[in-house]
Amino acid sequence: MILKIEKLYKAFGDKKVLSGVDLEIPEKSICSVVGQSGTGKSVLLKCILGMITPDSGKVWFKDVELTSLSHDALINIRKHFGYAFQNAALFDSMTVGENLEFPLREVLQLKSKTKIRKRVAEILDWIELPGIEHMHPSDLSGGMRKRVGVARALMLQPEVLFFDEPTTGLDPVLSETIMNLVLRVNKELGVTCLLITHDIPAAFRISDRIAFLHKGQIVADGTPKEVSLSEKDIVQEFLRISFNELKV
Amino acid sequence: MTQYIILRIIEKIEEVGQYFVFLGKVFKKSVARPIRWHLLINEIELLGVNSVPVILLAGLAIGMIFALQSVVLLQPFQAEIGTGAGVAVALAQELAPIITTLMLIAKNGSAMAAELGTMEVTEQIDALESMSIDPVHYLVVPRVCASILVFPILTMLANIVGSLGSYFISTQLYGIDSASYIHYMFDVLKVADITIGLIKSVVMGFMVSTISCFFGLHVTQGAKGVGEGATKAVVTSSVAILVADYILITIMRPIFFGR
Repeated sequence: MILKIEKLYKAFGDKKVLSGVDLEIPEKSICSVVGQSGTGKSVLLKCILGMITPDSGKVWFKDVELTSLSHDALINIRKHFGYAFQNAALFDSMTVGENLEFPLREVLQLKSKTKIRKRVAEILDWIELPGIEHMHPSDLSGGMRKRVGVARALMLQPEVLFFDEPTTGLDPVLSETIMNLVLRVNKELGVTCLLITHDIPAAFRISDRIAFLHKGQIVADGTPKEVSLSEKDIVQEFLRISFNELKV
Repeated sequence: MTQYIILRIIEKIEEVGQYFVFLGKVFKKSVARPIRWHLLINEIELLGVNSVPVILLAGLAIGMIFALQSVVLLQPFQAEIGTGAGVAVALAQELAPIITTLMLIAKNGSAMAAELGTMEVTEQIDALESMSIDPVHYLVVPRVCASILVFPILTMLANIVGSLGSYFISTQLYGIDSASYIHYMFDVLKVADITIGLIKSVVMGFMVSTISCFFGLHVTQGAKGVGEGATKAVVTSSVAILVADYILITIMRPIFFGR
């Protein structure tokens, strides 16, 4: 297992968001955490990355217990992770090229302009958006921004890439493009992918494992087939509504 | 009502506590590697070079106004020769650092808070963290260092143009003898006066930048929160520097003048 989460708890004031989440993510797999909005999916992701400190519980990355690390050690270990944000979170004061150069310059401290530009051009080709280096994030469509966000997350060649609601706000065609990009990240680059989404049909199509989060707990976990056969009412109801919406 | 007031007081105490924790992080990260010189130079340009016209105008205006008031006040006693000295000392110790800082709060403090606040609500700060970059090290430290360097330089500039403005009003409008004006001014004005003003401006630069960055990084609730953060940064910085001014002059006067 590349990531292991044990009994993770998090509350904001009186509001319990995570109530003992247990989850294991195999290396080089695609795992999706699905569930209704407001069930704590994004909080779970940020707890795994240490961007939110959990109240209790443990998160393991390989043999390293992330929850026991100091702030500086945690920041250092994040080089192994990439994060594709829901709204891409591109730096709006920079061009696309500068956004992609940023991790190379500031994290890896690369100096060679030729190497940096070559790497940027390569990654833009790979996400099928060549030649947009000079555009600003505000000039891009939602789908393009998300793809550039994924490209930036890939610049540090992470072992695990987290996707926060990758298809939210996109039309079905663009959603398909993004999900195919997730598949390519996993199959071509061998990166473990953890998705947070409520796009059930897409998650079932591309994921090796699905975890169903409800009221701060994982109520179903397994392959898409195993989860679809879950006897939990909430899972069945959610799946029924999601797939019926698709048929309509 | 009483409960509401108590809750508000507790909230404010918590906020002050968070600010001091934030200061601890700033101190710790200010010596951390790598040093990003390009960010520091960029901030010096934004904060310093781009503020020169505003400081020139404000310094000149305050020097001229103060000279005008002083001459009118001193003329009945035939003591108008002291105008230059009075203005120079007041500028060096109080007016230049305060006016410069207030100008920079309005121009840069609010911008710092709004920029960091916008980055916070659009997850750009989280993006930095996700890339192993500490936001305090990357965003706050260059701003604080640039402020500490730039505030005294701009204060000195305000001193010079303010004194020139005072000289112009006194000699050209009120006919005070130029040589006597300059001689008396340099006779009264001490290096300690200028040093006090510069020390104050360094402290104020540190306070304004850390307060503005603190409110920027603690923004919540989207666009409304960004506006509130910028307002809080301006109001808190302005009040804090006035209080700090009083405390600093109380401490420094006995040190420099023995009284």
